[in-house]
Amino acid sequence: MAEMDTSSGGGHKKGPGVKKGKKMSTRVDLTPMVDLGFLLITFFIFTTTMSSPTALKLNLPADTKDEKQQNKLNENSALTIMLGKDNNVFYYEGQLNVTAGSNNFKASNFKDIRDVIMQKKARTDTTFMVIIKPTDESNYKNIVDILDEMRINLVGRYALVEISPDEDKLVKLSQGGAAPQ
Amino acid sequence: MSRPKIARKSTNIDMTAMCDVAFLLLSFFILTTKFKPSEAVPVTTPNSVSAKIAPEKNVILITLNKDGKVFFSVGDSKEDKEKKETILRSLNGSKNIGLSESDIQALVKAPFIGVSLGQLPQQAKMNPDQMNATLPGIPVQDTTNNQMVDWMHAVTEAYAGSKPNILLKGDNVAKYPAFKNIIAAFKKNDLLKFQMVTNPESVPTGTDLWKANQKGEKQVD
Repeated sequence: MAEMDTSSGGGHKKGPGVKKGKKMSTRVDLTPMVDLGFLLITFFIFTTTMSSPTALKLNLPADTKDEKQQNKLNENSALTIMLGKDNNVFYYEGQLNVTAGSNNFKASNFKDIRDVIMQKKARTDTTFMVIIKPTDESNYKNIVDILDEMRINLVGRYALVEISPDEDKLVKLSQGGAAPQ
Repeated sequence: MSRPKIARKSTNIDMTAMCDVAFLLLSFFILTTKFKPSEAVPVTTPNSVSAKIAPEKNVILITLNKDGKVFFSVGDSKEDKEKKETILRSLNGSKNIGLSESDIQALVKAPFIGVSLGQLPQQAKMNPDQMNATLPGIPVQDTTNNQMVDWMHAVTEAYAGSKPNILLKGDNVAKYPAFKNIIAAFKKNDLLKFQMVTNPESVPTGTDLWKANQKGEKQVD
């Protein structure tokens, strides 16, 4: 059996005067080796499963010039999210309305936008839709992050749309104000 | 009176068998692990909660690196390489690039295409070791000279009848315009479904998707 030679500790005495024969066991304690083995196994299991990349699906809407075929957007149930530079996020609900009295153009970031989406989703019916408008300064990660956010919040209807010049101007103007994440 | 001897059993267990199993498993995992081949174009992909593993067959991979350069490649399987040959031949014919037979074979073997259509003969004569992120990339920068449209057109022709798995592998810091132009090329060829390569990430707790997963609902694609 794999055990250490512990007889020197005074296990069984052979009686007075009897000299202890040097009986070194050839057995080695394999416990640390087993530990090491399993440690390496867990390491390999983890590293192999982690490296397989996943894929995020994105379906694009077909470009239709025909007005009738385009999905009519229910203005009140839409949430428009704009992606600026330095991970800035801007959003407005419904129609963009920036006048002296009212302003529904708000700044946010990737942490807070989830709550915004969740709240808006809870408030609106099934016609809820998110429109994502990346500016030219946003990067690829921002787009994937926001698409991922759609998945996380189970938003079924969302679209990637070109930003309009007015919105682009607003985003550029507000860029300095929003705290970068 | 002699007492009956109580056998003193050792508490130590024979570890040899366990050790054998451990190392058998270890050698199995080491041998079956496929090492990722070092990539010529390094790309750091973003994370997503998507649990779907990226497909490996019928793959058309478009890489967008951090400088906004676009590279085109196909999957590693033999069928994919044949498709690449078909794509190259059809482009050679329709765009009058002037690739020789050996050029086409060299480009099929090349890990990726990273030059404009006109420069393809030069890339064909390059050593595969020299093909890296220093290549200029396929021009997509503006809508007038978006050669990705031509590539995607050739892809749809080569995959007529079947569906290619279009993968887009973008770098975290790649800018949006390059991505937009690639998508424009997809749209022009009616390739409306594509997938983006990401790293897996756990679903944040308390979100709708997390709740759905708790209930045991399957993720929809």
